[in-house]
Amino acid sequence: MSDSKRVITRRQVIRTGMAGILATGVAPLVLSRNSWAQDKNFCNNPDSKSSVTLGFNMPLTGAYADEGADEQRAFELAVEHLNGGGDGGMIPTFSSKTLKGNGILGKKVAFVTGDTQTKADAARDSARRMIERDGAVMISGGSSSGVAIAVQGLCQEMGVLFMAALTHSNDTTGKDKKRYGFRHFFNAYQSGIAIAPTLAKAYGKDRVAYHLTADYTWGWTQEESMKNATEALGWKTLTPVRTPVGAGDFSQYITPVLSSGADVLILNHYGFDMVNSLTQAVQFGLRDKQVNGKQFEIVVPLVSDLMAKGAGAAMKGIYGTSNWDWQLQDAGSQAFTKSFGAKYGQPPSQAAHTSYVQTLLYADACERAGTFYPPEVIKSLEDYDFDGLGNGPTTYRGSDHQCFKDVLVVQGKESPANPFDLLEVVDTASKDSVTYDPAIFGGELGPYEPNKCT
Amino acid sequence: MDAILAQLLNGLDKGGAYALIALGLTLVFGTLGVVNFAHGALFMLGAFCAVTIRLLLSMETVTIDPEKLSPWGTPLEVRTPLAQQWFGDWGSVMLDYSVPLAILLAVPIMLILGIVMERGLIKHFYKRPHAEQILVTFGLAIVLQEIVKAFFGPNPIPQPVPTDFRGAADVGAWFGLQAGAVTYPVWRLVYLLFSVGILAAVFAFLRFTTFGMVVRAGMADRETVGILGINIDRRFTIMFGLAAVVAGVAGVMYTPLLPPNYHLGMDFLVLSFVVVVVGGMGSLPGAVAAGFLLGIVQSFASMTEIKSLLPGIDQIIIYLIAVIILLVRPRGLLGRSGVMET
Repeated sequence: MSDSKRVITRRQVIRTGMAGILATGVAPLVLSRNSWAQDKNFCNNPDSKSSVTLGFNMPLTGAYADEGADEQRAFELAVEHLNGGGDGGMIPTFSSKTLKGNGILGKKVAFVTGDTQTKADAARDSARRMIERDGAVMISGGSSSGVAIAVQGLCQEMGVLFMAALTHSNDTTGKDKKRYGFRHFFNAYQSGIAIAPTLAKAYGKDRVAYHLTADYTWGWTQEESMKNATEALGWKTLTPVRTPVGAGDFSQYITPVLSSGADVLILNHYGFDMVNSLTQAVQFGLRDKQVNGKQFEIVVPLVSDLMAKGAGAAMKGIYGTSNWDWQLQDAGSQAFTKSFGAKYGQPPSQAAHTSYVQTLLYADACERAGTFYPPEVIKSLEDYDFDGLGNGPTTYRGSDHQCFKDVLVVQGKESPANPFDLLEVVDTASKDSVTYDPAIFGGELGPYEPNKCT
Repeated sequence: MDAILAQLLNGLDKGGAYALIALGLTLVFGTLGVVNFAHGALFMLGAFCAVTIRLLLSMETVTIDPEKLSPWGTPLEVRTPLAQQWFGDWGSVMLDYSVPLAILLAVPIMLILGIVMERGLIKHFYKRPHAEQILVTFGLAIVLQEIVKAFFGPNPIPQPVPTDFRGAADVGAWFGLQAGAVTYPVWRLVYLLFSVGILAAVFAFLRFTTFGMVVRAGMADRETVGILGINIDRRFTIMFGLAAVVAGVAGVMYTPLLPPNYHLGMDFLVLSFVVVVVGGMGSLPGAVAAGFLLGIVQSFASMTEIKSLLPGIDQIIIYLIAVIILLVRPRGLLGRSGVMET
């Protein structure tokens, strides 16, 4: 009796095995490997779901929190427009006509958000959580190049696309570029090239510059880019001073400027740091000083409306560069400003603009590729030419995943017409003039093939 | 000479803030024997008294002007501050002077808060080890900052310098230097004078009043003062409230120099604790001297010449000094023998 129970037939083995496979859910994997296309096997493949989840990772606290809050508003607006809500924003003006307001590839767009705290480790944790727990198929966000580079590296490891929002360091698409990372925002090198002619015209070619620089990748590359651009004009540069991010009180770094012999202060700061350092520099009377027989001047190479608002009167007359400005008159900018202003009661910042555009570009790339499979989406973004998103004709260069478009030179407005009229576009550097050889920054993009999620 | 004067002024102005917080910290340690890690949060709460006053004065009525459009095409919202509606030109002046006005709010609120904090929580930990006192007060600091974060959000909220105190004074000319060689923001000079004034007032209170004399006696020998029939505990509670007021008004006046956020207190607490350790736990003159000394040292360490020789020295100099003091003279510069030496 007992012996007969021990007999296991071939049929039983097959039946039990198949039941086990089905019960443990391994069947889809086995089938996908053997009989389905390879592009089903990637991280957070949403093919079996009715929605697709995007992960938005912004600094909601820390030195760049204002930019992060505006990025979040833009991401939410982009999702609304992708799902057919609102007035569609830039979708009608976008040169690509693949987006129909029915989500991405027919799937409703959902999103999750995270706070990077403007810290690389917190940002990576947040992005990892969105990928592993929430099933995000794309991560976007930034506002700190240190954060963007850290998250971009993680996304490359996990095989999830990273559509960077506000990150301005040359390294993001230079030595630290990644196959899975794309940047629509301009960079420090382009800022230097764009602003130099304006500075030469306004302040002359015989100047001594003093740099106060945020002590991390973005600050270093902006300092280097501005140094190279201004020294090419004939300016001299004193030993730059590095300041910690989030220092708050910059007074001990500003007092040495008074007796340094410099007649220009270049503030390589962003967000609240820039607001604090510029306000404090003006409080110290730097702009009222005469040095070397010239009026002392302050330059902020990267500036935004949010910072101009924070700095108030201190921003008047200050030159800087911007990726975009809400007062641009092209159809795309007007449409976006109208949508954003109507929803939030304020115009969008450049951080909001790049976040919105990156979300649309990702959605469009999936539509054109006809799949969420990252290598195909990447290929559809590489060397892609588009227009109608607020910056004129733009190219996503395939060799470094950097966007090339016009760069704006702006100045703090002396007599604002309304509380939002803070910056004036005084010059535009053409796309051609800010295009450079990708080899100057080095770096390797890495492979197309996606990794596993974990 | 110009550079040295500018850095010296900067050090004194920073030192003023350190000394004010450290004074309260060491006062509480000297009277109650408690290491109060919530003291930085009191500085932050003072700063948010200024924020609150400004928010109240800035409350506005919103009307829609159907004839005008916003830049994005919706009807224009016209905002009018209530202070201006109610008080006319005085409303504008009150808004402009919201920071000094906030002192009127901060003094009673901080006094009450200090007394409630001491009676409600800290008194239960007098006989516990210092480690437990640190843990409970640190926890209290976190609770207070999270409450502020919940009400005011996580981001810094700038406060204006009153119009009459904006701009920079030609300090170099006062010292016979070339005109315009050393300029210094007027509000920072105001803050320095304010710090010195508050410090002098606290010392005068302790030195020249009967209440202060009893408190000093209690700090030196608590038991004997108690045997004389004096309720020293009640006086120490009031001193805790006074320490909270000092931290609070220091926070109020600091807001135009550094926009406050919920974390402001923690940033200053660490520095102030180092100041107290360097000055000597429980020593009031030590806290003041160390506050100004470390402010000046930190300022000079930020000079370009020094930073180019020792990169990053500005970030660690204060802690480096603390380490040296703890190794060479554990009681601190002016600390009493036997206090925190073991």
